Order: sequence, then structure tokens, then C-alpha cells
Amino acid sequence: MCVAVPGKIIEINGDFAKVNIMNNITQVNIRLVSANVGDYVLIHAGCVLEVMKKDAAEELLEIFSALEEAADDDASAS
Amino acid sequence: MTLQQVKDELLHYDGKPVKIMEVCGTHTASIFKNGIRSLLSPKIQLISGPGCPVCVTAPAYIDRLVEFALQEKCCVLTFGDMMKVKGNRMSLTEAKAVGGKVRILYSPLAALQIATEDRDTQYVFAAVGFETTTPIYALMLEEILKNNIQNLKLMTSIKTIIPALSYICENEKEIDAFLCPGHVSVITGSAVYEELAKKFQKPFVVSGFEGEHILAAVYEIIKQISNHRPGVKNMYASAVTEEGNQKAVALIQKYFEEADDYWRGIGKIEDSAMKLKTEYRKYDLGSSFEEVEEHLPKGCRCTDVILGRINPVECPLFQKVCSPFNAVGPCMVSTEGACGIWYKNCG
Repeated sequence: MCVAVPGKIIEINGDFAKVNIMNNITQVNIRLVSANVGDYVLIHAGCVLEVMKKDAAEELLEIFSALEEAADDDASAS
Repeated sequence: MTLQQVKDELLHYDGKPVKIMEVCGTHTASIFKNGIRSLLSPKIQLISGPGCPVCVTAPAYIDRLVEFALQEKCCVLTFGDMMKVKGNRMSLTEAKAVGGKVRILYSPLAALQIATEDRDTQYVFAAVGFETTTPIYALMLEEILKNNIQNLKLMTSIKTIIPALSYICENEKEIDAFLCPGHVSVITGSAVYEELAKKFQKPFVVSGFEGEHILAAVYEIIKQISNHRPGVKNMYASAVTEEGNQKAVALIQKYFEEADDYWRGIGKIEDSAMKLKTEYRKYDLGSSFEEVEEHLPKGCRCTDVILGRINPVECPLFQKVCSPFNAVGPCMVSTEGACGIWYKNCG
């Protein structure tokens, strides 16, 4: 039930926005966030829950980079 | 650090056995989709938790919805995954088959237009869910108030995940760490897990849903346990912040307040529900927070599944008499339920 999908905002009209979800265009409510056209957003049950801060690839690069730093810290501490 | 290095370390891990609970059904599904278990040492066990709101909804709640659907000029609006959940008498699908009025909606907000266009019918939305969905129910109520819609109300069975995790930490000592629910955390923020991590000295790691996200989170958990430094780590920073979605939290707090509630298969958990505040109670149609005596069907081990004591395949009914086509227990009903996901992937 907590399933959410990412989409891109292509148009904003008041509390609503048109979003592109894998080439499907649909309307969602944006009352829970401050969003702009072009933002990637997380959508659940017809509502935007959050504006995505970065894409998955960028996030994963940062995660693995942070894990490496942590591993280096552990190695130098031991 | 490369993905391959993380995979190598997880596959060859030979430390103390670690049992990690993934709280969210979407994580359970992703673990199967990405073959995560095959990439882990036998000493790392992933086990499902109570993260399917449909599965923990009381049968008495379904009974009330069914009763309403069968009344003249009344209609139940619901998410699709509530349809097959059995009450003590029947499911909403069965109620519809015998003439009850039930409509499936993708969004609670779609209910506003339906109720506005048909003022002669009394509608109720089956408001089930966790923190992810609660702000949308708050938005719905705000629109009901703004537009003075008299024929649309909520019947709530809204749960909160922190009291459930606290219950598991208190009662299920074998769970060593938690893969926190990603989309719940979008609303609540990652800081809500700090108190639990400190009190129970266990890792609480917020993860995204890609296979790489989950592997990195499991690696982080193993490192925290190996280094004796358990804590909260947000590894889904593209969507989750420390403080959460404050607009959504404010909206929830405006219309809802905490209450004790009954979890199917577990029992009563204190302060684990959100109910409408007294001043908005007239928009509530038949919610109940009384403790409900319930006995699961004979042989059904959904309680053990929800609490992470066993995997679904260890239940004697799994795939034999219990399947999505004839669900005996609640965990088999929903697409987010642990048994339903295991059935789909172990068939």
C-alpha cells in the first residue's frame, strides 16, 4: 500500500501538476510539497510525497563512496 | 568502494549470525526481484516484518465496511488491495458479489468528485495505511471541509510504524537490525528511529528500493554490528531527510491524534493508530479502537510471519491450502503481504 513511483513534473496548475510517469501523463496533487516544473517527484496515491533531491545513479555513487570512506576510517583506526 | 567489493564481503561474511528485518513489503518484493538472498552469506538472514497495513487490519473493521456496503444508498470507496481481505463474515469482493456497493479508487482524492456528483449516496473511504498515506487522508478531509461535502466520510484503520517496531524490539529479541521502510520515512524523516536505535542498541538503516540500495544498506548494517556502533543511517537521501516532510506532518497533526489500536495477528499496541481529532469526529463513520478478540484460522502462522519469527515457507498452510486465490491468513491477501510476495516468487 505504501508503493510510490517517481515522475517528472511537466506542468503546474495551482495545487495540481501534470506528471510524466514512464511516458504516462497523469494529474497529481502537489499540496504536500513545494515543487517546480522539471522536478522529479515521488508519487503515492495521487499525491506528490516529496521532491527527489538527486537521481538514483548519483545517489548510489555517493552511497558507495561513503561506504569506502567508512571502510578506510575503520582500517586506519584498527 | 565498488558494488563488487560489497557483494564479496556480504557473500563471504563469517561473523556472528545476523537477522535483519525488512519492515516494508516493497523491500521484500525488491529483495526477491534482485535475488538479494543469493548474494548473502548464510549467516545473514533477511526476514519480513509488519509493514503491510492491509495485513494487520482487524477483521471487525472489514465487517463494518461490508455492513455499510450492503445498506441502501451507501457505497464503500477503497484501495484495491482491501477487496479480498476477509472479515468474519465476508470480504468486500464478496459483498459486491451479493449486491453491495464498493468502488476501487487509486487515490482518496478521487472520492471528492464522486461524492460531489452523487449527493444522494453516502460514501465512506476505507482509510487504511501507514504514515505514507495518512497526509493524503488529511488532504481529503481538508477538501471535504472546504467544499462542505456532507456525503463523504472516513472509516479509519491508520497505523503508525514506530510503536510496532518498538513492540518488536521489546518482544522479539532475535531481530538484530532493521531495514526501515523507505516511503514511510519520506514522511516521518529518519530521526524518528534515533530513540529506538539508542534504547535497543540496534542498527536502523533507511534504504531505497533498488537492489544496489538494499545491498549497501545490508553492508552498512553488518559494519555497524561488527564495529559495535549501532545507529540510524539514512541511505535514501534522494527522498528522505532527517526531519521528513514537515508540510505533511503538520497536516496529519492538524486532523489526527494518536490512539491505541489492534493489529491483526499481534494484538493491541499502545499509541499505534491515528484517529480523527474530536472536533472532526463527525467525519468519521464507524471507526473503532476497542480491543478486538480474534483467533487466526487453525494452523495459520501469520502472527509468526508478521513478527519475523519465521519465513512464510515455514508455515504448514503455505502453498498447500493458503494461496492468493484462497487466502487463509491476512499476509497472503495483499500484494504487499509477506506470504503473498513469497508465494509469487517461490511458486
